[in-house]
Amino acid sequence: MRRIISMLMENEPGALSRVVGLFSQRNYNINSLTVAPTDDSTLSRLTVTTIGDDRKIEQIVKHLNKLVDVVKLVDLTEGSHLERELMLIKVKVNGAQRAEVMRLAEIFRGEIVDVTTSIYVVQLSGTSKKLDAFIAALEGVQVLEVVRTGVSGISRSDKVLSL
Amino acid sequence: MLSGGEMLIRALHDEGVDLIFGYPGGTALHIYDAIFQQDKVNHILVRHEQGATHAADGYARATGKPGVVLVTSGPGATNTITGIATAYMDSIPMIVISGQVTRNAIGSDAFQETDMVGVSRPIVKHSFLVQRPEDIPSVVKKAFHIATTGRPGPVVIDVPKDVTDPADKFPYEYPESVKLRSYSPPQKGHSGQIKKAVEILLSAKKPIIYAGGGVVQGEGSEELTQLTQALGYPITNTLMGLGAYPATDKQFLGMLGMHGTYEANMAMHESDVILAVGARFDDRVTNSDISKFCPNATILHIDIDPASISKTVTAHIPIVGPVKAVLKEMNEQVDTALSAIDADALERWWENIEHWRERNCLAVKSEGEVIKPQQVIQALYAVTEGDAYVTSDVGQHQMFAAQYYHFDKPRRWINSGGLGTMGFGLPAAMGVQLAYPDATVACVTGEGSIQMCIQELSTCKQCELPIKIVNINNEALGMVRQWQDMQYSGRHSHSTYADSLPDFVKLAEAYGHVGIRIEKLSELETKLAEAFAIKDKLVFIDVVVDQNEHVYPMAIRGGAMNEMFLSKTERT
Ligand SMILES: Cc1ncc(C[n+]2csc(CCOP(=O)(O)OP(=O)(O)O)c2C)c(N)n1
Ligand SMILES: [Mg+2]
Repeated sequence: MRRIISMLMENEPGALSRVVGLFSQRNYNINSLTVAPTDDSTLSRLTVTTIGDDRKIEQIVKHLNKLVDVVKLVDLTEGSHLERELMLIKVKVNGAQRAEVMRLAEIFRGEIVDVTTSIYVVQLSGTSKKLDAFIAALEGVQVLEVVRTGVSGISRSDKVLSL
Repeated sequence: MLSGGEMLIRALHDEGVDLIFGYPGGTALHIYDAIFQQDKVNHILVRHEQGATHAADGYARATGKPGVVLVTSGPGATNTITGIATAYMDSIPMIVISGQVTRNAIGSDAFQETDMVGVSRPIVKHSFLVQRPEDIPSVVKKAFHIATTGRPGPVVIDVPKDVTDPADKFPYEYPESVKLRSYSPPQKGHSGQIKKAVEILLSAKKPIIYAGGGVVQGEGSEELTQLTQALGYPITNTLMGLGAYPATDKQFLGMLGMHGTYEANMAMHESDVILAVGARFDDRVTNSDISKFCPNATILHIDIDPASISKTVTAHIPIVGPVKAVLKEMNEQVDTALSAIDADALERWWENIEHWRERNCLAVKSEGEVIKPQQVIQALYAVTEGDAYVTSDVGQHQMFAAQYYHFDKPRRWINSGGLGTMGFGLPAAMGVQLAYPDATVACVTGEGSIQMCIQELSTCKQCELPIKIVNINNEALGMVRQWQDMQYSGRHSHSTYADSLPDFVKLAEAYGHVGIRIEKLSELETKLAEAFAIKDKLVFIDVVVDQNEHVYPMAIRGGAMNEMFLSKTERT
């Protein structure tokens, strides 16, 4: 099953490599990974999406918790949560396709953020599934570049990951 | 005011360190100069950095105190990797201080630069790259705290040369305590879980206690012994746990696992409740197919490391906590509830076990004057009256030592169980002998393993360490050859070298030690006794043994725990 594991990590050199190293060392896979500082400059928030059965996820969570740099951790998929990913996608558009792609972007609540005579850059945010669906809907359109940030997530309601 | 180098050594002293093992080089020279100018921290010069790590490791295993290593950058640092991995696998507290190129040179492929923090990352509990000289005291404090608490392990401190510059002085103060917001190992077990475990334990009909290295590292032997004897249950130890429970006690079934005794493995397989204490269901215990592992057993698992619980075998009652504290709590509860034990069932269980014991799976058959490797350990046990510190290398000799030397105390059996590092035995013995100068320290080794850190014979000379090296010489990489006999139709691919072995007696003498060779069974014990009577010198005892001996019992690959070869011709 796909899981979104989100953690607060010491904002220190080497911390990220320990997290990433753990995944490769123990043959766990990383589907996406995002990391950035938080409002507390000593902490980074890192979110990783991975796939595994319950046993594997339990091990991943335990091993992450053992890392001295990992301060606090939550498996967002255990409760109700929001997940968002941002995508920038560059497509080649000519003639009738221009209107078609613009309409698609609108349906998906995307924005066209760069335009030339033959190119659109569409910006889209949402769940990974929604982004996948947009790419699928572009069938017949020449996609030049896909840039995705990877998943960020947060728990719904009053559940908070903080110190 | 102290320089970075001085602060480092002073911090070690303040941490209670009086002995470190190391090897100098460019980036460590400021630190070495600081060592020269003090006399509180004693430094042992090894002959290879791998030797320093194993020596510090042996010291840590024998004393329970962290072992400390100091090396230079680049090759000095990379030479410690095998020793760090060895300590990591067996959860041994160790601090490895490596020199590093100056801060501004990091990343420039400077002379003798390696990314030590990066190279060691998967095999350390944690690591530090010292960013500023002022950070040294707190980094040292944190490093020792992390290495020695919770599940212990090696910690690397990488120190850029300019951080230790004697020209830059700083006020020094050693922190009294550390607080790490992201690191707080458990101090006790969950009482509710402990209560549940005790209930199940008391209602068992075919119980067994399975104890590992965590009991030794966690100083829980006394509590374990008390619990086991109060319950009257059978107990088995892992390779790493030997000595956690007195081996000569009648409740002890011997080691379990791949080369465990028939009775220990049978009892595990047939049991209805397993109390696992500080053990991690390693594949050398469970055999490879987990689905066949102890099919009827309810598993109670105590470990300080949550990640060790339900990693391979699912625990029915997990208890995360220090074994000592958890066992103490269990003892309190058991003491008032012993009447709950089904005495009849327990008696029948012991009858079963005695029946398995009668098979006498470790019996040794003599063949004239030929020395069997097992007989070497039996003789060693007799000569040292079971009271030696025994370090070991890796191979058949290691298994024979584990099977035939009966350890009654923890910290006496010192071997590389998790990583299985050939070359560990001799340097580890140095660490033990330096910790306990008057103790009898025997290094059980093979002619293969001993050649992997043979250079440390020179260190032994310099420090006048009266170690007794018992070289079980079968003129082959015996364990490899055994597998080739059993699984590759006897094709001995690169496992023999009989015609090129050194004369170990002369070799020992060349290093300034005493060397003796034993070839006949009739002289085995007397000559061994003579060697051990030499109290002030290292003696290299080269014992020529039967080359065809295999280690038995041996688990059948992919089988359950009750499936074993018992000799070349018998299996369960
Ligand atoms: C550093 C290292 N390399 C290779 C091995 C694989 N290995 C395990 S046992 C063994 C043979 C050891 O030979 P020896 O020390 O003579 O012991 P014996 O089995 O003959 O008693 C080898 C090569 C190992 N454990 N460690
Ligand atoms: Mg050999």
